[in-house]
Amino acid sequence: MNASLRRLSGLLRKEFLQIWRDPSSLAIAFLLPAVLLFLFGYGVSLDARGVPLAMVVENPDAASADFTAAFAHSPYFRPRHFRTIQRAEQALAKREVKGIVWLRSDFTRRALARPPAPIGVVVSGVDANDARLIEGYVQQAWAGWLASWARTHGRPPPLLVDVAPQVRFNAAVSSRNYLVPGLIAVIMTLTGALLTALVIAREWERGTMEALMVTRVRLAEILLAKLIPYFLLGMGGMAASVAIAEGLFAVPLRGSFWVLSAASALFMLAALGMGLLISSFARSQFVAGQIALIATFLPAFILSGFVFDIASMPAAARLITHVVAARYFVAILQSVFLAGDVWSVILPNGAALLLMAAIFLGLARAIARKRLD
Amino acid sequence: MRLEGVRREFRSGKRVVVALDGVTAEAPRGAVTGLIGPDGAGKTTLMRLVAGLLRPGGGGIEVLGLDVARDPLAVQQRLGYMPQRFGLYEDLSVRENLDLYADLQGLPPDERPARYATLLHMTGLAPFTARRAGRLSGGMKQKLGLACTLLRPPELLLLDEPTVGVDPVSRRELWQIIDDLTRNGRMTVLFSTAYLDEAGRCDSVWLIHEGRLLGAGPPAGFTAEMQGRSFFARAACNRRRLQAELAGLAGVIDTVIEGGRVRVVTATPAPPETAALAASLPRFSLAPAPPRFEDAFVARLRPEAPPAATAPVARAAAAEPAAAAEVISVSHLTRRFGTFTAVDDVSFAVARGEIFGLLGANGAGKSTTFRMLCGLLPPSSGRLRVAGFDLRHAAAPARARIGYMAQKFSLYGDLSVRQNLRFFSAAYGLANARQRERIDWATAEFGLQFALDATAGQLPLGFKQRLALACALMHEPDILFLDEPTSGVDPLARRDFWRRINDLAEAKVTVLVTTHFMEEAEYCDRLVIMAQGRVLSSGTPEAIKAVAKSPALPDPTMEDAFIATVLAAAPGEAA
Amino acid sequence: MWRQILALIVKELLMVLRDAKSRAVLIGPPLIQLVVFGYAASFDLNHVPIAVLNHDRSAASRALVAHFEGAPAFTLVATPANALRIDPLIDSRTVEMALVIDRRFSRDLLTHRPARVQLIVDGRNSNTALLALGYANSIISDFSLSWAAAHGGGAPPAVLVTRALYNPTLDSHWFFIPGIVALLTQVVTLLVVALSVAREREMGTFDQLLVTPMRPFEILLGKGLPGVLVGCFEATVIIAAAVWWFGVPLRGSLLTLYAGLVLFTVAVTGIGLMISALSLTQQQALLGAFLFMVPSIILSGFATPIANMPDWVQTLTLVNPMRFFLVIVRGVFLEGADFSSLASQYWPMALIGLVSLAAAAVLFRHRTG
Repeated sequence: MNASLRRLSGLLRKEFLQIWRDPSSLAIAFLLPAVLLFLFGYGVSLDARGVPLAMVVENPDAASADFTAAFAHSPYFRPRHFRTIQRAEQALAKREVKGIVWLRSDFTRRALARPPAPIGVVVSGVDANDARLIEGYVQQAWAGWLASWARTHGRPPPLLVDVAPQVRFNAAVSSRNYLVPGLIAVIMTLTGALLTALVIAREWERGTMEALMVTRVRLAEILLAKLIPYFLLGMGGMAASVAIAEGLFAVPLRGSFWVLSAASALFMLAALGMGLLISSFARSQFVAGQIALIATFLPAFILSGFVFDIASMPAAARLITHVVAARYFVAILQSVFLAGDVWSVILPNGAALLLMAAIFLGLARAIARKRLD
Repeated sequence: MRLEGVRREFRSGKRVVVALDGVTAEAPRGAVTGLIGPDGAGKTTLMRLVAGLLRPGGGGIEVLGLDVARDPLAVQQRLGYMPQRFGLYEDLSVRENLDLYADLQGLPPDERPARYATLLHMTGLAPFTARRAGRLSGGMKQKLGLACTLLRPPELLLLDEPTVGVDPVSRRELWQIIDDLTRNGRMTVLFSTAYLDEAGRCDSVWLIHEGRLLGAGPPAGFTAEMQGRSFFARAACNRRRLQAELAGLAGVIDTVIEGGRVRVVTATPAPPETAALAASLPRFSLAPAPPRFEDAFVARLRPEAPPAATAPVARAAAAEPAAAAEVISVSHLTRRFGTFTAVDDVSFAVARGEIFGLLGANGAGKSTTFRMLCGLLPPSSGRLRVAGFDLRHAAAPARARIGYMAQKFSLYGDLSVRQNLRFFSAAYGLANARQRERIDWATAEFGLQFALDATAGQLPLGFKQRLALACALMHEPDILFLDEPTSGVDPLARRDFWRRINDLAEAKVTVLVTTHFMEEAEYCDRLVIMAQGRVLSSGTPEAIKAVAKSPALPDPTMEDAFIATVLAAAPGEAA
Repeated sequence: MWRQILALIVKELLMVLRDAKSRAVLIGPPLIQLVVFGYAASFDLNHVPIAVLNHDRSAASRALVAHFEGAPAFTLVATPANALRIDPLIDSRTVEMALVIDRRFSRDLLTHRPARVQLIVDGRNSNTALLALGYANSIISDFSLSWAAAHGGGAPPAVLVTRALYNPTLDSHWFFIPGIVALLTQVVTLLVVALSVAREREMGTFDQLLVTPMRPFEILLGKGLPGVLVGCFEATVIIAAAVWWFGVPLRGSLLTLYAGLVLFTVAVTGIGLMISALSLTQQQALLGAFLFMVPSIILSGFATPIANMPDWVQTLTLVNPMRFFLVIVRGVFLEGADFSSLASQYWPMALIGLVSLAAAAVLFRHRTG
């Protein structure tokens, strides 16, 4: 065995022993991902269900019952009945209901004699997203009611255009299916950049880096000895996250495992490159942690398209997302999990990841010095 | 090794700090060179420059015939470097640390068993190979750190403050190892330390202060120039008064209390004119003393006699009942952390106006005792009284009677000097005119006028120490607690500090001080020596030193006494 | 006593403001987050790329396509020649949705038979998919009704008359920006408070503070009040930015808002002091703050409604002060809510504040000795 390999293996052995004996790095690598996945898997959902909705039917009859039935049987709503619109509006003001559907006393009469009869819909616009979803659901209920009205009265359907929606890749339109894959990118940013930056800063703080520097070890060996273990650790965290996603949250994995692994490896390298880069500026764990959170974690959270749609962002924000490595990885993840091996997504995004990994690692190598100044 | 006009600056914010300013020196091959100076003198910077970890801002360094700046890797192939805190991985065991450094230094596997055996034997670590480095005592860590740098014997060994906070027994053992290593003349050692008394161990000394080289050469050369300038004075009176009287004499540049006597250093090789003193003080005597390295250091820093000592600290004498002789009493005090007993059955008492010392190495239990006395930590068992109260449960007025100066002169580093003074005086309940008056007093007394608006964290160490003491004295306490009050400061600042403490004691303030500095114990009226949580001996410095007195050692130092005491208490463990 | 507490408060504030690094923590991240959330965080759809495959090529179908082109939510980026070309466009995420108009579209319309159109949506982002479907559905209904009106088809029996209270254009920035007031106030207050004791412990000044005649309770107060002050200041800046920069309407009274704000910062301060009392180093304090902050933001209703969470998670959110303050801040901003309608949000925060402060005081005593 030549001297360089022996030095590297010595450093690697040390690194693994330290990871194994230091509970905090294992916690960041495995516990934190699990906690975040649980929180998001259970706590974060954009799917409205059981939304309290006020139904004001001033003059109940067959036609109005037919309309309200659509809500009673929907999993999305929990209808509450009110006698007057005033009561319903009070309930809305007290945030007891999110919206009101209002059928006036002359509803059926007007529908038959002087159409159209107005159906009042009031939503609280405070949570605009929720309000939009309610509007969408109400509209569907209305369209269904119109069709059934036409059938019972033997008239042509008033909405002549028949929409056949088809949701690809996520037929149940479950937000968990799209949040959980994206979350994996956020978690890997955490292990890759944050953990790496922290452990190197710790070596500076404890003075061991100084001791390493004066041995005959080469800089590339020190960097490799940090890259390899945390690469493996990050991939381990990744595997654990995928297992939780599959096992607990039943997110489908339609693409191939190999594509997933390869993309993860590329992203991990980019994240590690960021971590190494940060650690060459920050030599205390405190500062390294702050920079890692602001420079990697937050962008991965907000600008990666993990929750918020990139296409809908203003142009300036869209531009910034191009330097966020997580953006490319989230795109690959959402496709590989829900759609399959879509090469037209995987190849350009994979190439972008490769480029970013090369840039970050290259920069980290170029900036690092076997010196303290 | 040769240094030629080495200069190095650091930038901190907008300020430029000059760490080293034109150091030119040469270290002989195969010898131990001591790099000696107080904290902040530039020792670590110099070490790092030699190791190729920093680039010099000017000048050149030649190590083993190579230019460090040009070819650091080639130099690093041939040197061993132990940084401060020893560079050990605390999560790894002794054996694993050795394995790692053996791999890094390229020690072939077949040579390892023999080399490990030698080093483990030499350091006495053989029984502990499976123990994690983080669980070793300070002395053992130091030896392990040394073993790791010696795996492949380097031509040049750099040791950065290896003896800081390490107990005297381990310190002595370390010097033994270094002596063995350099005996055959194949290894050159550069050894940095803030302990001036270690100079005598070196073959050659670089004395450095505030980035400048004050002198270089064999230590004997330093003491030789002090020949005939050091004396011991004794008199049958209060030694603090004796010191004050001596310091006022013409031609005297330094006076230090050493147990029952006072060391006097003069500007020229002649005894001071003491006729007047001999008349006024009973049984006054003056005898020549062997010069110490520290005398030379002080003489270099202060070639002229200092201004006459100021009058004792003006202090509104509180009308105290004369009977309250025992101000602090501690009996059977014990503190356990889990299964570990940090303080084990400690008892002592301190009288009013006394300077009382707790002497011991890091981890001896003195800080724990100290924290219990201040009411910061509840004892597991035993009884303690400070001014008649247990401070942990005492009402606020009781705590207003004590002053406290924490380790490392901890102040609010982000605040200015004025803001610190203002805050501490307000925290002690001073207000309005009284507060202004005390702040003015502290500013004048401690010479802080020019630094009032400076940020406290950026002051030189000596200033910080003064400010910390000023903050502790804002409310004129009766009892003063000082935790490691002079560690790392230069000898002049230390003298200045003790002069004030002596003045306070004269004004009947009770002072309790912890220290790991052996010499500092000499200032105390009485002290206890602590090791592993227990009190090993107590009494006046003279009485404690008497234990080590033997025909071979007629005039033992405090360190000799400490080692003798520790060895007597636990002969097995120290071996 | 008050003079000593005041001195401590002044000292805390000076420390936060004099140190460049802690100033940066107070100014940097909040600014970045305000800008990022203010602009990037939105669930509104703009320029969603769509494809249209029109098999019919009649005036009616062209009119339908024109309806889509005119909607700001959609941008027509592709007109594939046949159905086989659609899948690659969706797979590669070139388009988010495809509209396929049947060959017999106009013929069916004229004969009053259901005319078929198909909407194919990419479900990988389920929220965008749902919203896009909703938009598309309403565009198609509009078209349907206007076509019927123009061709004598008669009016439908009923129509929806929709009104959105408080936020007529359903702009989701109006939802997020008041939320940022809560988010950033929490982050800043927590960091100031949680780190302050740990930092003094590390510097060694905490012991010095404890040996002064100040009582632990006074120290607690002196450490906590700066957090409340800094938090309120931070909130004021963001409220000003929300009103004058982002143009979010502030309909309620400032008094209602600040009453909630003070209670909220007190509750957060209490939690911060608990974290502070438990941690010995800044590192631990930072980790503790992080461990509290992430779940408390996720489970606050900041981005996703609490009502969508499983019941046990909803119960968990009851100890999260931010959930209550979010209702207050959004209520005051958008609804113009008054004290009485928000009463159920005030007292839980007051309770959390009291309990956490008491717990911090106990821990404080315990930990200091």
